[in-house]
Amino acid sequence: MRDEGRRILAIVWKDLTTERRSKAGINAVAFMGILVLLLFGFAVGPDTNTLRAAAAGALWLAILFSGVLAFNRSYQLELDGGALESLLLYPGARWAIFIGKLIANLVFVLIVEAIVIPVAFILYQVALPPGWATLLAVTLLGTIGFVTLGTFYSAMSSRSRAREVLLPLLLFPMLIPVLLAAVEASTSLMGGDPMREAGAWVRLLGAFDIIFLVATTLAFEYVIEV
Amino acid sequence: MSTSARAGTRARGLWLGVGAFALVAAAQAWAIASSPADRDMAHLQKIMYVHVPAAWNMMIAFFVVAIASLRYLWKGQERDDLLAASAAESGTILTGLTLVLGMIWAKPTWGIWWTWDPRLTSTAVLFFLYVGYLILRAFVDDPDRRAQWSAAVGLLGALNVPIVYMSVRWWRTLHQVQSSPQTLDSSFTVGLRLNAIAMMVVLVFFIRHRYETARMEREAELLQERAALGGRGGING
Repeated sequence: MRDEGRRILAIVWKDLTTERRSKAGINAVAFMGILVLLLFGFAVGPDTNTLRAAAAGALWLAILFSGVLAFNRSYQLELDGGALESLLLYPGARWAIFIGKLIANLVFVLIVEAIVIPVAFILYQVALPPGWATLLAVTLLGTIGFVTLGTFYSAMSSRSRAREVLLPLLLFPMLIPVLLAAVEASTSLMGGDPMREAGAWVRLLGAFDIIFLVATTLAFEYVIEV
Repeated sequence: MSTSARAGTRARGLWLGVGAFALVAAAQAWAIASSPADRDMAHLQKIMYVHVPAAWNMMIAFFVVAIASLRYLWKGQERDDLLAASAAESGTILTGLTLVLGMIWAKPTWGIWWTWDPRLTSTAVLFFLYVGYLILRAFVDDPDRRAQWSAAVGLLGALNVPIVYMSVRWWRTLHQVQSSPQTLDSSFTVGLRLNAIAMMVVLVFFIRHRYETARMEREAELLQERAALGGRGGING
């Protein structure tokens, strides 16, 4: 178990170092997120109340569209140098590779969110709500669910033909429960949670995360070994 | 499989197909003739005899996908992979049919083609989940890889079905009462059950037919591989 922990850390370290040295990835992905927010703003129109009501949905869609760019990259870097085979040849459990990739992707998406979320608050004229700590927790839980499924499905799509098309087609329908719960909880919290309904959504989000985390970790062995 | 055995299978498949569609025609005719005009919808209600059986049988098809995928991951036999693929394709067709028929029914009764009702939304999600599954199969050339990946995706998709169904139910509390033998007048139930069984025979025919085709496609793939390796079954052949 201790060895697996060290393997996971090594993979996280390796992936994040690659990202840190290139920097192009984070910048492009964050830019994409802001662009989606802008486009969505244009689509909704300049009315402040409509913008505020749509803010949570727009924000989550921006995170989804930009995040998808990141996931395929995560395996593409391994494939380009023929490194995935070597990675698989090392002794140790396959799930350690999955968890390592997952954590690296999670850190990557959280950094992107740190740039995109403040921009969303400014563009959509949302004031910082009193329940901002809970809102942060919702963002983290939603991101964990999103990154878990994204890391799993990109393990396949990045090694198939037409990978840019395949990932969103496989991932987005699967993401709907996570997206629903995250958007509902965020909308409620951004409005000050007057109906006290955010709690139920947060619990649901936590349950989705656990279900998907367990299922994808178990299934990863089957998608990576061939 | 020998040529004569295959011809026998195909003949049986053909008769099953003819029988299945004859059964559907008979069940439809009987249901339409025997049921009275609905109090609210008049004869518009007759669309239920195709819409509801399609919806029930699509769930059966996806259940077969889940079981066959699980069996493939467990035992690694190719026929389970081909069965899962055949059931997924048939199930996706039935889901599309359910959605289209539902929309045709919704326009005159609810006044709109589409509403974000939990049942509608979850069915649409189900449709896109399995379209994704079929596209994955189309984009992966290596048979082992295709089988293993689609089994994983099929299982995870099946896991998502109840979650999506429940989550959209939690999301929107407004929910129409759906047609089922419990909510229906007895003058409609026999026709509905009869059509559901007829549609199930069609589903069996579809899955069987698609399965035979998939087997032949696999054999053609293997022959091509052999030809590429020098025409004699590879290095040891």
